Amino acid sequence: MWGGHKMGSSGSRFLGGLRSGFRGAQACCPRLTTSQAVYSKNQLSWTLRIKPRVFGEYRIMWFKSRSMTFAYLSKMKSYRLPWTRLYCTSQTTVDSSEVKTFLALAHRWWDEEGVYAPLHSMNDLRVPFIRDNLLKTIVNHQPGKPLSGMKILDVGCGGGLLTEPLGRLGASVTGIDPVDENIKTAQHHKSFDPVLDKRIEYRACSLEEIVEETAETFDAVIASEVVEHVIDLETFIQCCCQVLKPGGSLFITTINKTQLSYALGIVFAEQIAGIVPKGTHTWEKFVSPEKLESILESNGLSVLTVAGMVYNPFSGYWHWSENTSLNYAAHAVKSSVQEHVVPAEFALKGETEELRAEASHNSGVREELKR
Amino acid sequence: MAAWLAGSRWGAAPAAARRDLLVSCRRWAGTSADTVYDVVVSGGGLVGAAMACALGYDTHFCDKKVLLLEAGPKKVLGKLPETYSNRVSSISPGSATLLSSFGAWDHICNMRYRAFRRMQVWDGCSEALIMFDKDNLDDMGYVVENDVVLHALTRQLEAVSDRVTVLYRSKAVGYTWPYPFSMADSSPWVHITLGDGSTLQTKLLIGADGHNSGVRQAAGIQNVSWNYDQSAVVATLHLSEATENNVAWQRFLPSGPIALLPLSDTLSSLVWSTSHEHAAELVSMDEEKFVDAINSAFVITYEISLCFVADATQWSDANHTDFIDSAGSMLQYAVAFLKPTKASARQLPPSVARVDAKSRVLFPLGLGHAVEYVRPRLALIGDAAHRVHPLAGQGVNMGFGDISSLVHHLSTAAFNGRDLGSMSHLTSYETDRQRHNTALLAATDLLKRLYSTRATPLVLLRTWGLQATNAVSPLKVRDCSQLSKSLAH
Repeated sequence: MWGGHKMGSSGSRFLGGLRSGFRGAQACCPRLTTSQAVYSKNQLSWTLRIKPRVFGEYRIMWFKSRSMTFAYLSKMKSYRLPWTRLYCTSQTTVDSSEVKTFLALAHRWWDEEGVYAPLHSMNDLRVPFIRDNLLKTIVNHQPGKPLSGMKILDVGCGGGLLTEPLGRLGASVTGIDPVDENIKTAQHHKSFDPVLDKRIEYRACSLEEIVEETAETFDAVIASEVVEHVIDLETFIQCCCQVLKPGGSLFITTINKTQLSYALGIVFAEQIAGIVPKGTHTWEKFVSPEKLESILESNGLSVLTVAGMVYNPFSGYWHWSENTSLNYAAHAVKSSVQEHVVPAEFALKGETEELRAEASHNSGVREELKR
Repeated sequence: MAAWLAGSRWGAAPAAARRDLLVSCRRWAGTSADTVYDVVVSGGGLVGAAMACALGYDTHFCDKKVLLLEAGPKKVLGKLPETYSNRVSSISPGSATLLSSFGAWDHICNMRYRAFRRMQVWDGCSEALIMFDKDNLDDMGYVVENDVVLHALTRQLEAVSDRVTVLYRSKAVGYTWPYPFSMADSSPWVHITLGDGSTLQTKLLIGADGHNSGVRQAAGIQNVSWNYDQSAVVATLHLSEATENNVAWQRFLPSGPIALLPLSDTLSSLVWSTSHEHAAELVSMDEEKFVDAINSAFVITYEISLCFVADATQWSDANHTDFIDSAGSMLQYAVAFLKPTKASARQLPPSVARVDAKSRVLFPLGLGHAVEYVRPRLALIGDAAHRVHPLAGQGVNMGFGDISSLVHHLSTAAFNGRDLGSMSHLTSYETDRQRHNTALLAATDLLKRLYSTRATPLVLLRTWGLQATNAVSPLKVRDCSQLSKSLAH
């Protein structure tokens, strides 16, 4: 069932996310907003029905835990006020079934020809992507350690596959993952290299748990192969934004939600060829670039790049592509000034595509950004 | 793989290492037992030293630690000796570019080297001749003494000593290979045990320790090899008169090729590959006879055409067959008719007056090719990976080609933050170079066998082949650019 060949349509990178526990319901209830309808004309038509279920989802979350209530209410009132900090909830960010999936394979991370081979091979694309975009912001970089001086957070680092290359490039990297075993594997692996040992720090926690203590400390946050496992993407992105310094970069790689990704990513990869372990991905959780862009923009992150990635299972290599219908990578930058305020209603209704990082200083909820 | 692990795995000697650590610390001057080197190059010859140099000067290796292990003592070359060394190499323009990329070529230019612009290769049993001649006055290659190259490399290594550490008089006696991926508490690095008991850890071991490579044997990499029934005799020759001396000469005799490489206006270097008996005789015979033998070997004209018999102890007056004569001439007329080209008049190499005393040496020849160039955390370059007959002058140039390719792959890997010992880029290097080297080795071996025979059909074949190649310019130009070497030894 675990396959273990080199073939794979996309990495099975794990990241904790919000989970309502109603997976079945979620299956037909994408968290789309009406803005989604505008952008994704070529998505499946059934994605257009949403509003009641969206509320339903929030209701479900509300029943789950008290801290969630807080989050929900804050959303209703003020999307983001400059002086208030939206605390991401921490209790239910980890999906226990996802944890089980990755627990079984925790020791296999570093086998370059094993289950995680596609992820190893994806480094050939994502490391240069991150490195080159970060180098644009560095004035005089040292040859040999181009990213030295940068503080990077790798959310959902797994066994440290992406963390270590960034450490080798000179950055100080913090890798977090909710699965303890993953962190143990990662710690063990880096312990042999004295240089990496100093530059990388691992913690077994979720993003929400460290938001408070690490607010605005990172030059870059990387969530690679993570957002397709997250339930509340909105909150996740908010947390990412909070830990970023103004002007910092957010890098996301994930899987698009299209018919093609269902056919190749779920049906072929998981069920037919067994390239990706069954149950790793849920098609409903896939995020389209348009939706991701809208969420990013609504949180004050301006999207600079979206690029498609394609995996060739025969050669085992990834390639950049114009086509984003399978995998894609996105780079967004947090605005330098905290100028954006989006009313909560818009977040719910999904007016997010109208939002840009415009000035709305120190005022409460403003409803100017109407559709 | 199990055999690989079982056969070559033995633990380091920690207790002895601790004791010897103090001793070796003095030499290491700052490195400690906890240092994990990024790259260790085993073997400080031409190719090993050039590899260490290339890594030391690479921009993406600024932050990395490189170590070069050399079993011999450090050679200090104060002043260039007047007499030329008898071990010279023919450096191709591509290799010269590599050497200049880290500044070694400038040192060589300041010492001494000889550029040659033309190369004449001809058959001893027929009049077939091919002349490689770059019309645009570019140099076809450079003849440089091995000591000069090594001295230039040593100077460049000293200049970058903060990144590249060189350990002289250090021979590796044992290697411990890592498991495929880190399980349990085994160290993922390669452990090298030195003669004095100390150990080194490295992420990538590069084996550049010659054709009897200890690294290759320890890794259990299979080596396809056979010995030729030939030895090469090298000597430094004084010419009868000073000439421009910018032509490389090679004549294929049935016993083996004889070549003359220019060293200066009055000096040339000899490489004569011949049977073991004849080679032993050449080395032991007195100077005058030796000089006569050389002059005859080149100067025998087509008309009387003495083809040496296989053991070359007797000079036979047998003419080569008329059949081959006429066949050769026919082809020449045909070629001239169809495609008039400028006639390649056969020229004679300069005559030799005397030979440098004590410069006559012989060494056996063979072919070797490692089946795999790379393993996890291991790469082979130079003669450790391939050993070739000197008739085409490929030896050291193939090694320098390996260096270019490997440094390119490692540099890209370092810039991508990759683990240097990872198979992905090592396999790319292997594919690159095996394709190139296998073809060259096969071609050289074929040429050697083709020209070792006096059987008429084959002589005819090679005669026609050579004449055709000479006539067809594009083929010649391509050969020229790819194989524009004479002899390297």
